[in-house]
Amino acid sequence: MLAVHGLNTHYGRAHILQDMAFEVGAGEAMVLLGRNGAGKSTAMKSIIGLVQPTSGRILFGGRDIAGEAPHRIARSGLGYVPEDRRVFADLTVMENLEVGRQPAREGLRPWTPARLFELFPNLGRMRDRPGGRMSGGEQQMLTIARTLMGNPRLVLLDEPSEGLAPVIVQAMAEAILALKAEGLTILLAEQNSHFAEGIADRATVVEKGRAVWSGTMAALRADESVRAQYLAL
Amino acid sequence: MSSILPQLLTGLATASSLFLISAGLTIIFGVSRIVNFSHGSLMMLGAYIGWSILTRLPREPEWFALGILATALATALIGVVLEMAVLRRVYRSPELFQLLATFGVVLIIQDVTLLLWGPTELPLPRPRWLRGFVEVAGSRFPLYDLVLIAIGPLVLGLLWLALNRTRWGTLVRAATLDREMVAALGVDQRRLFTSVFALGAGLAGLGGALSLPNASANLGIDLSVIADAFVVVVVGGLGSLPGAFLASVLIGVLQAFGIVLVPKITLVLVFLVMAVVLVFRPNGLLGRPQTEAREATVAAPVVRPAPPALRLLGAAALALAVAAPFIVGGYYLTVLTDACVAILFAASLHFMMGPGGMASFGHAAWFGIGAYAAGLLLHWAGAPMPLGLLAAPVAAGIVSGLFGWFVVRLSGVYLAMLTLAFAQIAWAVSFQWVEVTGGDNGLLGVWPPDWARDPRPYYWMALALSVGVALLLRRALYAPYGYALRAARDSAPRARAIGLDVERLRIVALVIAGAACGLGGAIFAYGKGGVFPTYISIPHSVEALLMVLLGGLQTVAGPIIGALVYTGLADILVRSTDLWRLVLGAVIVVLVVAFPEGIAGAVRRLWLRGREA
Ligand SMILES: Nc1ncnc2c1ncn2[C@@H]1O[C@H](COP(=O)(O)OP(=O)(O)OP(=O)(O)O)[C@@H](O)[C@H]1O
Ligand SMILES: [Mg+2]
Repeated sequence: MLAVHGLNTHYGRAHILQDMAFEVGAGEAMVLLGRNGAGKSTAMKSIIGLVQPTSGRILFGGRDIAGEAPHRIARSGLGYVPEDRRVFADLTVMENLEVGRQPAREGLRPWTPARLFELFPNLGRMRDRPGGRMSGGEQQMLTIARTLMGNPRLVLLDEPSEGLAPVIVQAMAEAILALKAEGLTILLAEQNSHFAEGIADRATVVEKGRAVWSGTMAALRADESVRAQYLAL
Repeated sequence: MSSILPQLLTGLATASSLFLISAGLTIIFGVSRIVNFSHGSLMMLGAYIGWSILTRLPREPEWFALGILATALATALIGVVLEMAVLRRVYRSPELFQLLATFGVVLIIQDVTLLLWGPTELPLPRPRWLRGFVEVAGSRFPLYDLVLIAIGPLVLGLLWLALNRTRWGTLVRAATLDREMVAALGVDQRRLFTSVFALGAGLAGLGGALSLPNASANLGIDLSVIADAFVVVVVGGLGSLPGAFLASVLIGVLQAFGIVLVPKITLVLVFLVMAVVLVFRPNGLLGRPQTEAREATVAAPVVRPAPPALRLLGAAALALAVAAPFIVGGYYLTVLTDACVAILFAASLHFMMGPGGMASFGHAAWFGIGAYAAGLLLHWAGAPMPLGLLAAPVAAGIVSGLFGWFVVRLSGVYLAMLTLAFAQIAWAVSFQWVEVTGGDNGLLGVWPPDWARDPRPYYWMALALSVGVALLLRRALYAPYGYALRAARDSAPRARAIGLDVERLRIVALVIAGAACGLGGAIFAYGKGGVFPTYISIPHSVEALLMVLLGGLQTVAGPIIGALVYTGLADILVRSTDLWRLVLGAVIVVLVVAFPEGIAGAVRRLWLRGREA
C-alpha cells in the first residue's frame, strides 16, 4: 500500500534521509525502529509532505506522492499523527475533530465523533474542553481521533506512547489494535520495540537515515545483535 | 455636563470606523502572520469604488445600503487577486519582506487610483436623509453617526458567528494556531488564506465606503488609515478581534474627549495610548504572547565578513566616489550627496535590525530629530553647521535611548509598531507645534557656511562622514559588543545565562543607530537648506526599510548597496515617469518575490556557488 524507494531528505545542507526504503502492505502494521535522531520523524514528515524530499519515490496506492502538497496527500487517504501532538489548544475537542473531518471514503465505514468516543471514552466526557486544558494522554488520543476523522486508509503514528503513563500506554495499544482490526494500515515509529511488540507485524530498523534491517517482529526478537547494535534497550 | 453624551456618541461613531478598518487587518494577521501594509490602500479603494457606485445609484437609503455592500464585495474581489498574485508567494519569506511586498502594493494602488479617479478629492453628495439629525440630550446629533455606531457591534457579532459557528471559522482559528498541522489534516491552506484575505479586504472596503458621508475619497486615506489601524490592532492585541473592538472604543472615545479638552493633542494622544498600553501589557489588551505560527523557520541572518574580492570592489567604488566631483556635474552631485545620506540612513537601521534584531517602522524619527536639532539650533541660536552636525547625533541618540528604555522588553512586530507610533508622535509634534518648528512650512534657510556652499566640498564632507560612520558601525559589529548583541538577538535567555545584559545591549544599539541616523538627517537638512515634517513621515521610514531589505540583512555591505540602488532607482524613476510609484511598487514586489534574501544576499550566494563549483 505504501512503498518508499530511495528517499533522500535534507534539512538545509544536512543530509538526513539517505536512500531510505521500506514497504507497508495493506492492512499491515509496520514499525520504524531507531534511536533518537535516527530519522523516523523525518521519514514520516517526508511522506505526508511537511518536509520536501530531495529525491526518491513514495508510492501510495500505486501513485507517486513525493513532493505533493500535504493537504493533497492527506486527502488521498494518508493520516498523520505527529510526535509532539499538536492539538489546537484553543479549540474544543469537538472543534479539533471538525478540523480533521474529510468526506467518507469508499469502502470504509466513516468515522464520526460518536464512533471515536467509543474508541476513546475519555474524549467523550470532555467534548467542550479546549485542547490546551487536557492531559498529555488525552491530547494524544485527541490527535489520533482527529486524524481518523479524515477517514484515512493508512495512518502514520509517530511515537504515540511517548511520555505517557503505563496505564495510558496500555489503553493506547488497545485502541491501535482495534484500529488494526478494522483493517486500517499502520506505520508506527518507536525508539524501542516494547510498545510495538503486540501491535506490529514487521519492523524496519533505521539508523542515521538509512534502513539497516527489516523483517518480521519474530525475526527481530530472535536477532540479539540487531537489537543491541541499533536499538536503545 | 450636557455635552458628555453627544461627545461619547461621537467617540463611539469613530470607534466603529476604526473597528471596521482594524478588524480585517487583525484577522489577516491572525491567520497569515502578515502585517498587511496595503490594508489602508484597500480601504482607500473602498472609498473610491464606493463613490463611483453610490453616485450612480438612486439616493434612497436602501440603494445606499446596496451600494455599500457592492463596494465591499468589489474590494473583497480585489483582495482575492492581491492574495493570489502577491501575498501567496511570500508566506514563507521573513516577516519584513512580507511587509515590504505589501508596501509595494501600497505604491501600486496609489498610482492606479490616481490614474483611474484623478487627483482631486471626491466628496459624496449627501441626500437629505444622510444629513438628518436626531435630538440627543438637548443637542443635535447626526443620524448617520448613529448608524455607524450600530454597525460596529453588528459586524463584530457577525464575525464572531462566522468564526465560532461555521466550519470555515473553525479551520481559520485552527490555522491561526498551527497552519502546518491544518494542512497535514487535508485542508487546503491556500484557499483558506485567500478567503480570509478576501474577508479582510471586504471589511476594509466596507469601512472605506461607509466613511464617505463624513469624509471624502482622497489619495491620503491609505497611509493615515494604516497608522490608525496599526495602533488599534496593537493596542487590542495582534490577532484578537474582541481586542480590536475594545481598542477601537477606547481610542475613539479618548479622541472625542481629547479633542474638546486639548485640541492639539489628538494625534499624539492616540499614540500615547498605544505606548502606555504596551508598557503595561506588552501583548496588547487581549493579545497573547506571540508564538511563532509553526512553520519550518528560516534561520536568522548572520553577518559575515565580505570575501576579499568584494572588498577590493568596495575600495574601487570608494575611490570612484571620491573622484566623482571631477567626473560629474552639479545635479548628479546632489544625487550622490543624497546617496551618502541614504547610506547613513540605511546602515544605521541595519545596525539595529540585522545584528540587533530590532525592526523599525519609524526610523525616520531619528533622521527628523537630527535634522530638527540642527535646524532649530541654527534658527533660534544661530549655531554654526559644525555645532549642528554634532548636536544632531547627540539629540537623536539621547531620544532614542529614552525611547529604548520603554521598548527594549517588547519583541518583534510590537516593537516595530511602537517605533512607527513614536515616529508618528515626532511627526505630529513637528507638524503641529507651529510656533517652534514652523509646522508644515518647516524651517527654512538652514544653509551650510560659505566654504561648504558649493556642491563639491559639501559632497566630500557628506561622503567622509557617511563612509566614516559606516566603517565605525562595521567596527562595532566585529568588536566584542557586536558579538554580544548578536548573541542577545539569537537567544535572549541564553545570552542572559552567560551574563550578558540584554536590555543594555539593545538600548546601546538603539542609541548608536539613532545617533548615526540623526547625523544623516542633519547632513540632509543643510544640503537642502531646510527641515520639514516630511522628513519624519511614514513613507520616509519605509524608504529606510526598503533600502535595508533590498540590500539584505545578512551582510554589512547590504544596506549600503541597498541605499545606492534605491537612491538611483528612485532618481531615475522620478525623472522619467509620472508613474514612478507604480513602477517602484512593481519592482519591489518582484524583487521580494524573486530574491527573498535581498540583493546582496543573492549576489553573495551566486558568488559563493560559482566559487565552490
Ligand atoms: N527542522 C530540522 N532542522 C534541521 N535538522 C533537523 C530538523 N529536524 C530534525 N533534524 C535532524 O534530523 C535528524 C533526524 O531527526 P528525526 O526527528 O527524524 O529523528 P527521530 O528518529 O524522529 O528521533 P526521535 O526518536 O528523537 O524522535 C536528527 O539528527 C535531527 O537533529
Ligand atoms: Mg521523532
